[in-house]
This record gives sequence, structure tokens and C-alpha cells, in this order.
Amino acid sequence: MTEIPMTPPRSYRRRHVIPGFGLTMGITIAYLGVVVLLPILALILKAAGLSAAEYWAVISSARAVATYKITVGSALMAALANAAIGLLLAWVLVSYEFPGRRVLDALVDLPFALPTAVAGISLTALLGPNGWVGQFFESAGIRLAYAQPGIVIAMAFTSLPFVVRTVQPVLEEFDPEAEEAGVMLGANDWQIFARVIFPSILPAFIAGCALSFARSLGEFGAVIFIAGNLPMETEITALLAVIRLEEFEYPAAAALASVMLLAAFVMLFITNAIQLWHLRYVRGD
Amino acid sequence: MAGFPSPIGSAVVTDLPAPHAAADENARKHRRRVGQGPVIRRVLIGLAVLVGAVFLLLPVAVIFAHAFRLGLGPYWEAISESSTAHAIWLTVLTAVVVVPINTGFGIAAAWAITRFSFKGKKLLITIIEIPFSISPIVAGVAYLFLYGSQGLLGPLLKAADVQIMFTVPAILLASLFVTSPFVARELIAVMQMQGNEYEEAALSLGASGFKTFLTVTLPNMKWGLLYGAILCNARVMGEFGAVSVVSGNIRGETNTLPLQIELLFNDFSSVGAFAAATILTLLALVSLCGKLWLERQR
Repeated sequence: MTEIPMTPPRSYRRRHVIPGFGLTMGITIAYLGVVVLLPILALILKAAGLSAAEYWAVISSARAVATYKITVGSALMAALANAAIGLLLAWVLVSYEFPGRRVLDALVDLPFALPTAVAGISLTALLGPNGWVGQFFESAGIRLAYAQPGIVIAMAFTSLPFVVRTVQPVLEEFDPEAEEAGVMLGANDWQIFARVIFPSILPAFIAGCALSFARSLGEFGAVIFIAGNLPMETEITALLAVIRLEEFEYPAAAALASVMLLAAFVMLFITNAIQLWHLRYVRGD
Repeated sequence: MAGFPSPIGSAVVTDLPAPHAAADENARKHRRRVGQGPVIRRVLIGLAVLVGAVFLLLPVAVIFAHAFRLGLGPYWEAISESSTAHAIWLTVLTAVVVVPINTGFGIAAAWAITRFSFKGKKLLITIIEIPFSISPIVAGVAYLFLYGSQGLLGPLLKAADVQIMFTVPAILLASLFVTSPFVARELIAVMQMQGNEYEEAALSLGASGFKTFLTVTLPNMKWGLLYGAILCNARVMGEFGAVSVVSGNIRGETNTLPLQIELLFNDFSSVGAFAAATILTLLALVSLCGKLWLERQR
């Protein structure tokens, strides 16, 4: 046995025992400043360089407003679709044991792992007028690719994992005794789900839907291949910003990008608020 | 918040879910009472499998079907075509530069955030996660207005005769932005759970700070580190929006693989586009397997 050196005062200085605060904090702040904050500042300064009248003219032009409607409307529909699909997948993955469950569970993450451009061309080929799926809809007179349904499907695909992965863990930790109590009281399955289980997963469910919506608002790669990109009809805001850049209309591009940036910050604020509500709900205070 | 609520509170899941999302086998032992009727059970499982097959599996199958439509020969020709081969090389180069830098940043940020208490910690975490919330297009446009000729640093760069926009460094910078939170977020979650008792013990026994990091902290966080790096790598290699704004799309020079796919697709070179897409699809599948394997390690 070696003797442990006697240095009792150390334990009284616990807060300062761990070194490296200055170094790691310095690296973190410097890196965030240069890589993340400086470009955002440059964008804001560029947009602020426009006069109020110019700025308003760009962001309220008929073509720009049409892109907001298409982007927000499609993102809402995608979030609704993911609400249903996500809840179904989360429920089935948690509640049942069946062959292929693990594969399905792993597959849910595919949309996050698959590059958006790959998802874009793949969905376009699948849903196009001659595609494996698209041909059936085409003969029924429904156009999927190069129309709004295509945009909605692309957005829903790229943001599918959010609802599943926020609801799944809450459903797993749901106390089975609460279900038992419902059974004892003579409630049927639907009543127990609607009145006992669903309220307890609601905050996570809403958080997942909000994250899905936020992601869809900014989605670009998957959408532009399938959208058809007709001005006023199937053009998303991100694409209009890129088109303005290619036309060297830099102030217009900056103004449109600043609108998207603002929307992203608003959604970040909302999702953070929902997560806090969710945490409070879980802790029960 | 995939997994259990993070002790930090404001860590928001805005991209790939945290590793804790994997089914907790203990929790599964509780038998669910609701929805166990033979009919409802079969209908729900059937629906879920159908959604998985049509919505998730079919898009992957389509990629390979189109890539090999004309057989193995044309596929190989498409892959080895010089501009596609260059795009593959540039994509790998980007990952080789970006992943280690963002890993280093992630370690520093996680150390500062989880080992010390200071004011503004929540704000700092929110700032770290900003790139997850912002559209990649906005990121690309922002970089253009920083380093472009019309940008904030434009006159300065012109005076120094340095061109950043529409070159490889622009691709690297935009990729750094988009993927900066991946490793940091993983490590913050992992290191927060572990606490600092072991490090304090090592330090009070006389180990240096660096030695403590190497022999105590690093072994404890290696799976989280690898996990974050895999996610970061998958995103770097697949990033499209931000890179497409800053790269200038010069064929054979500043085209990464996703941009090359767009170019070939718009040229109606279907086999070429889908052949290039198979590489990124395989990468995605390998990343998923790696993720699954890492979740089992914990």
C-alpha cells in the first residue's frame, strides 16, 4: 500500500479543482463567434442595409407572399401527416412485439441519415407520372410530383423521425398501473387511450409536431427536385431566395433570407417553450 | 427531447434524435393492456409496417433500381466518370477536414458547459444549437454576405486578393456551420449524466488536467464521441442547401457529391444521378448500422 499524500485543504476548494475553464470556454466562444454568429450578423447587416420601403417591397411582393403560403401551408400539412404517422409508429414500436420490429425501429431514422438531395431525386422518381407509385395516382387524375402534394410528401419524409422519437420514450415510461386502473374502472380501450394515455404524451407529441413543422419550413434539398418550382404555384421561399441570388439581386435575397431567419428563431423559441412545459409535466411540478 | 429529459433542460432535439431513444428493454416488460385485442393489434402493426415499407423502404429501393437499370457496366461507368469521381473525392476531403474540427469544438464546448457553473449557460447551449434550427439555405446566404464580394468582409478580402466564395474553403466553412452542433450536443448529454466525481478524484490524487482528460474523461465519453462523429459525418457528406449556395457549382472543381447528383439529374442523366446517389445511400445505411451498434454498446 502506498501512502496517500495528505492534502486535506483540496476538498474545500472543490469548485476550482477542475482546470481548463478559460481554455475550453475561450475555444467555444471564439468558434461560435466566427463560424455561427458572424455570418448571421453579416446577413442581418445586409438586410438592414435596405430602406424600410425597399425591404417591405421585397418581402410583400406577390411572388414572395405566394412562396410563404406554399411553404407554410405544405409544412403544416406535412406536420399533420407526421402527427398521425408518428403516433402510429411510436405506439406500435413500443406496444407490440413482432418480427421486424427492430428493423422498423432502425428504419425510422433513415430520413435523417439520407442526404436530402438523394431523398429528393428518389421521391421524384417514385411519385413522378411514370413512377412506381405516381402512375397509379396519375391514372386516377391526381398529380403528386411537380405539384403541392409532392412538396408535402418530401417535407413529411425528411421530418418523419421527430414525432416518433419524441413520443416513443414517453410512451415507454408510461406507468402501466394507470392503464390497469382504467381497466378496473371499466373503461374501454379507446377511453383509456383518449383520457389517460394521450394526455400524458401530449406535451411530447406537440413538441414533435412543432419540430417537424420547423424543419419543413426550412427544407430545401428534398423539395426542389419534386416541387416543379413554378412561380406563384409550387415555389418555396428558400428557392426564391436562391433565384434572387442567381439574378445578382443580393438585397432581395438578403431580405427573403432574413424572413426565413426570423421564422426559424420564432420556431426555436416556441419549441424551447414547449420543451420546458414538457419537462415540467414530466417532473410534475 | 428524445430519451429522458436532459438535465440541462433546454437541449432541444432539432435533428437526429439522441441515442437514448432506443427502446428500453426493461420498460417493455410491462405488458400494455390497451390495444391488445387480436384485431386492433394486427391492424395497427399492419399499418405501421405498410408505412415503413412504402414511405421508408421504397425510396431506397427506387435509388438502386434506377442506378442499375441499364446493368452493371453503365453503373460502373457513371461512378468512375471523372467529374463524379472528383465529387466523391471532394466530399471525402470535406468530411476529413470538418468532422475533426467539429469534434474538437464539441469536446471543448461540452467540457466548459458540463464541468463548470456559470451565468448564461442556457443561452450558450441555445446558441450552439442555432445551426439545427436554421435552414441550410439561410446559412449559405449568410456566408455569401460575409465572404462574398458584396459581403461584410468582401472589400477586405479583395484588398488582400483572397477569394473564398465559390472555392473549396467556402464549402468547408458552410459545412462547419451546418454540422457544428452534432458532437457538442451528444457530449453535453453524456458528460452531464456522468458528473465530475471521477475527474475530481483523479485531480485530487495529483493527476494533471490533461492526463485526467485522457485517462478518465475520454474513456467515459468515447461512445458518445463516436456517435456524434458518425452523425456529423453523415450530415457533412450529404449537405446540399448550404453548400449549393457557396460552392458556385463548378463541375469537376467545387461540386460535392450531392451537388453532382443535382447536376446529373437536371441533365437528364438518370443513371448517373442515381449511381452517385447509391454511394450516399450506402453511407446513410452504414451510419444507421453504426448508430444501432453504438446504442447496443451502452
